[in-house]
Amino acid sequence: MREIDVAQITDAVAEMSRRSNVELPADVIAALRQAREREDAPIACEVLDQLLLNAEYAEATGLPLCQDTGLAIVFVDLGQDVHLVGGELQQAVDAGVRRGYEEGYLRKSVVRDPLDRSTNTGDNTPAVVHLRLVPGDRVTVQFAPKGGGSENMSGLWMLTPAQGRQGVVEAIAAQVAAAGGMPCPPVVLGIGLGGTFELSALLSKRALFRPLGRPSPEEDVAGLERDVLAAVNATGVGPMGLGGRTTALAVHIERHPCHIASLPLALNVQCHAARHMTTVL
Amino acid sequence: MADNTPKKLTLPLTEEAVCGLRAGDVVHLSGPMYTARDAAHQRLMELIRAGEELPIELAGQVIYYCGPSPAPPGRPIGSAGPTTSYRMDDFAPEMYALGLRGTIGKGNRSAHVRQALMRHPGVYFVAVGGAGALLSDRIVAAEVVAYPELGPEAIRRLVVEDFPVIVGHDCTGGTAFVGEKRLG
Repeated sequence: MREIDVAQITDAVAEMSRRSNVELPADVIAALRQAREREDAPIACEVLDQLLLNAEYAEATGLPLCQDTGLAIVFVDLGQDVHLVGGELQQAVDAGVRRGYEEGYLRKSVVRDPLDRSTNTGDNTPAVVHLRLVPGDRVTVQFAPKGGGSENMSGLWMLTPAQGRQGVVEAIAAQVAAAGGMPCPPVVLGIGLGGTFELSALLSKRALFRPLGRPSPEEDVAGLERDVLAAVNATGVGPMGLGGRTTALAVHIERHPCHIASLPLALNVQCHAARHMTTVL
Repeated sequence: MADNTPKKLTLPLTEEAVCGLRAGDVVHLSGPMYTARDAAHQRLMELIRAGEELPIELAGQVIYYCGPSPAPPGRPIGSAGPTTSYRMDDFAPEMYALGLRGTIGKGNRSAHVRQALMRHPGVYFVAVGGAGALLSDRIVAAEVVAYPELGPEAIRRLVVEDFPVIVGHDCTGGTAFVGEKRLG
């Protein structure tokens, strides 16, 4: 049994809080550059130029890419041969968020009571922690600051089995078209297909951690990703909803078996500031 | 080839300047503006509906829907991009009626807001969401002028230079948003 002190998790979360909010991942920058190449409408070009410039400014100044430095989403894959010592996991993660958001001059965007907006917790805690037991003696900590504007445009449908593949494509494209410029397109779409009501939502969030544009290893799912991407970009919503060829940078689908009566479909919308980092302990 | 040569405008905005703007125009704003978002709007509306005095002057002004990140040492403000505007749609028509000239945010506005722009007249600008570092660099001064207890949602007075925005909806009923129709 390998022992890992939860202080290491605190340190990792603090560093990822700071860095992920300032450094746009290389895969996202590459996708924005490719999008800029595809566009010729003046406003679409203006928006994408500002976004690429913004990534440079953030790196140069240390300012966050976006003022919405997110609610802290943390996926922990805990090897079952690991014994965590020195404290409790949720408290260790929250300590990392508290330190990272303070030291990084990041915005504290969490209210304790959803119905009383004056109850900001002051330190951006608690983080949303999703724990999974996996084989081995390592701990993988994935961190994403999730903005509210794109999260608000997410959706979940319990489709009928008869609606099938076409129903999936249509539901996603309609949702993205209705959202227009609100979630800060060009967006990244995380989709959970199958499972149950709650599992589909979790899969849709997990799908956002995949390197941008890496297709599903399952060929039929990869084909569905291509079709959803084409349908979404055919809406013409474009960067910030002001028209263009690029409404989504990527579509990532995670599939799971489901009940014979069900076809759960969850969409987690991620803005173009697709911030995510991983630390393996 | 893109031609986005910006129009340069000085704040606060005159009626004439607003009437000269058309959807899709790229504009660089210079001068003072105020930030206010969800919580500040709720408080302002309580005062307006009670007939009480507001902590800021609305006439001729521009409100930026923005809750910035904290200012690091040596800077007036942190990252400062727009938040989504539709959450302020229920409040905006009354504020335009009191003389507010413009708002800045991201995303589409309701038909009620667009009609208010045509009536008073006013303008809705889009700033590029997620460009908070770039936009912060165009803010030369910032001070909290009301509701400091709201933290990022406090009302701030900013002074901006060449702050880049795009006209989303104009006072003639024109719109830059895909899927929206011209009004009027």
